[in-house]
Amino acid sequence: MKLYEQTAANLSMLLQKKEVSSVEVVQSFLDRIELVEPYVKSFITHTPAMALDMANAVDNRRVGGEKLHPLAGVPIAVKDNISTQGLRTTCASRVLENYIPPYDATVVETIRRLGMPLLGKTNMDEFAMGSSTENSAFYPTRNPWDLERVPGGSSGGSAVAVSTGMAPLALGSDTGGSIRQPASLCGLTGLRPTYGRVSRYGLIAFASSLDQIGPLSLTAQDSAMLMNVISGYDSLDSTSLSEAVHDYTVHPEEDVKKLRVGVIKQNVSESFDPQITAAVMKSVALLKDNGADVDDVSLPLTDYGLGAYYLIAPSEASSNLGRYDGVRYGYNSGGDNIEAMFSATRGRGFGPEVKRRIMIGTYALSAGYYDAYYLQAMKVRTLIRRDYETAFKRFDILVGATTPTPAFKIGEKTEDPLQMYLSDICNITDALAGVPSLSVPCGISSDGLPLGMQLAAPPFREGLLLKVAGFLEQNRDYLPLRPRVKLPEGGEV
Amino acid sequence: MKYEVVIGLEIHLELQTCSKLFCSCSTTFGKEPNTNCCPICLGLPGSLPAFNRRAIELAVTAALVLNSNVQLKSRFDRKNYFYPDLPKAYQISQYDQPLAKGGYLRIETDGNYRNIKLERVHLEEEAGKLIHSGESIIGSDYSLVDYNRAGIPLLEIVTAPDITCGREARLFLEDLRSILLYSGASDCRMEEGSLRCDANISLRPSGSDKLGTKAEVKNMNSFRSVELALNFEARRQAEILVAGGTITQETRHWDEEKKLTIPLRSKEGSSDYRYFPEPDLLPLILEDNLIKEISAALPELPAARRERLKEQFGLDSSEAALFTVNRSLGDFFEEAAGKYSDYKNLAKWVQGDLLYYLRESGKTVEEVDPQQFIELLALLDAGEINRPVAKDLLNEMILKGTSPQIMVQKKGLGRISGDEQLLPLVEKVIDENPGAVENYRQGKDKAIAFLVGRVLARSGGRADPGEVNQILKEKISRG
Repeated sequence: MKLYEQTAANLSMLLQKKEVSSVEVVQSFLDRIELVEPYVKSFITHTPAMALDMANAVDNRRVGGEKLHPLAGVPIAVKDNISTQGLRTTCASRVLENYIPPYDATVVETIRRLGMPLLGKTNMDEFAMGSSTENSAFYPTRNPWDLERVPGGSSGGSAVAVSTGMAPLALGSDTGGSIRQPASLCGLTGLRPTYGRVSRYGLIAFASSLDQIGPLSLTAQDSAMLMNVISGYDSLDSTSLSEAVHDYTVHPEEDVKKLRVGVIKQNVSESFDPQITAAVMKSVALLKDNGADVDDVSLPLTDYGLGAYYLIAPSEASSNLGRYDGVRYGYNSGGDNIEAMFSATRGRGFGPEVKRRIMIGTYALSAGYYDAYYLQAMKVRTLIRRDYETAFKRFDILVGATTPTPAFKIGEKTEDPLQMYLSDICNITDALAGVPSLSVPCGISSDGLPLGMQLAAPPFREGLLLKVAGFLEQNRDYLPLRPRVKLPEGGEV
Repeated sequence: MKYEVVIGLEIHLELQTCSKLFCSCSTTFGKEPNTNCCPICLGLPGSLPAFNRRAIELAVTAALVLNSNVQLKSRFDRKNYFYPDLPKAYQISQYDQPLAKGGYLRIETDGNYRNIKLERVHLEEEAGKLIHSGESIIGSDYSLVDYNRAGIPLLEIVTAPDITCGREARLFLEDLRSILLYSGASDCRMEEGSLRCDANISLRPSGSDKLGTKAEVKNMNSFRSVELALNFEARRQAEILVAGGTITQETRHWDEEKKLTIPLRSKEGSSDYRYFPEPDLLPLILEDNLIKEISAALPELPAARRERLKEQFGLDSSEAALFTVNRSLGDFFEEAAGKYSDYKNLAKWVQGDLLYYLRESGKTVEEVDPQQFIELLALLDAGEINRPVAKDLLNEMILKGTSPQIMVQKKGLGRISGDEQLLPLVEKVIDENPGAVENYRQGKDKAIAFLVGRVLARSGGRADPGEVNQILKEKISRG
């Protein structure tokens, strides 16, 4: 049995039964990283010693008869925009290349407290701005299903680490699709929780009113296990919500009888790759065959979602990223005077996409433009929320494709930002509405690329999303759990 | 043409909380630089603000005592600009939905009352402190930043353009300081920078209701310099207008040394702070009950105290004013008045000799025991000591805290009186000063004063001059 091939749930069981030690588990993933990482480049920082130390400590406690959390000893990878005390956290940016936070994000504190060994910090688009992980200041991450293609983004590193068996679980962040889109392109389950369900404390802000931390995993149950520990109110995050946390555990006997499913017309569009629409409709049929009530629903404001998002998110980003001025931490260019230092630090420290969004946001918030852009976008956002509220009176979940196409080629969209932005077209409105949204695999393309279906539910119903995803994955014989990574020099791993 | 001066003030004051507005760091002044800091007030990536309830309560308190209309819903916004003392490159402040709107402060000028209207009262966070190696950030070899202050809750009070001269501005600030001290919202220490004031000032033809072009005056470090700076600026603008010139809208710096305002290097274009709602904080919703509770628990404010002091103790206006402005002196008076019923005499001693010896010794009134003070007055009233002794005892009491009763017993400082005690002294003085005695006998009244003085000196100041005078005259006339 190869430990790195196991789901987190299986590893948890093996560890609890003491059939394996955490050190063995961690070592298996570290070996896998050594083998696969050079081809895909999922990580920015590797932490093998830290992971083994934690594994060792957990093993000792277990041997000592201590009652441990089911996830104790199960390793995890964390996106590099989530603060880790004493461990550099770069946001894949030159500006934070050598920044070492003096504190842990709330989610990191949780996983450390539970005894989950941290395998490393994963690659991403700089400051989570991008949909392909090509905007990393360091190197792009490659899609293991086809190394010539992107893994999606911005949580591409987290997605690829799980997809290739370099980590059983990963944390990502989703502002406008950054968990769901790479999950879809890499054949994983990825959940964006309700806004406020998971503490943002320590998540380096891109767009504060949209950012959420969430899990990426092989199965719905694995995501559920992680959600069980990272959800809940945090007094350090004023926007986190005190609503009680449900047990998200997915049971094998889940059914979908009487589930009211709305198929969002705009997200099974004729302009999408027909293979995706077909795969989504096949999954919808499966739900229907098992007793779900299915109907179409139109969310006409979806058309305005992308525009609103690309005003709101850059506006907030332009403010959130002002602090990278070289005064306190991070990259400092030096300069003859304070303004020269600010300009050069930011000019050299940030990559082109980050600069583009800072400029868009600065413009949108400027006197004379605020009402026409930012305020107008906020009004659209309110209307989109209402659209969802209305739709959720009729339906328990809303479904559609996660992405318009399967994974695209590296470099294919880098010259055309608008095309890149359009790859998140299905993900953005859920984020603007603040509702939980999940991507689950639903098929495979003729090129052997995974296809994903996106499910959204009313606030705090991520349990329902995981349950439906769990139901759907019982029938995923069309798609292997993990790709065989075909190497450029021949052979596969 | 005659011009009238229009002044509006913008006051920033630090609220008296133990911890900062959005984190639990201490607000203690004067700590080693950058020791009262954490990821939140340093704005480290990923950190988030969370309200300090106490700061909100104090802000509401301040708004209430300023008669400002506290809003049940207000909102925080980001004010974006780059400066090294601003850790996040934005200040969390309030823009179009402030904590409280309107309001006024009643001030007294030359016996007349006037309500100075307020525009708004809002809450925001303090920035850090820059120390330049040279004059300013431009041209210094280096600048140092201390973030101890960053994130301290700051209250901004904006007045309407309702003030008419420098003196009125100073009186407003003095009363503002007094009322906020009484409310407990702020310690208002200008020297520690916990109270700061900027002013907008413009001139317009008398009687016009259109505002003229204004100048903003900054860097006024005391109430006195606010008065001086505004009077200077009013004269400067008047001279320009009279000469047919126009006023430039600009920010001017008060030069305390030269006693004049100078224009600050104007920045390219106008500053655009790109305000937008702070997404990391929910709107601030205040319960009606909380406002009522705070309102009910407000302490007595200066105006009310002044009136009460007059009524309850029969003090005159200047005494009542002194015991209000000098709050601790007033507290001392009131405590002593609880056990001493000659209020006029008490007030006379408190504002006279007590204050004098406090200044001399550098001690504070809090260090003096009102009980001992009353003992002293009682000894004097009972004729056990005389005034000079009482003053000496007061001084000693302030310096050492010794009870006057005990000092009188120990040192034998009790008053010397009656023939039995005084006659021997009188006889001795007469024997020693035959010349003066002779002069008196020949009708030179001044001579008696000399002899009284000699007797008093011999008594160690413990005899009563009137009594000595009487005994001396009797003794000399009897031969």
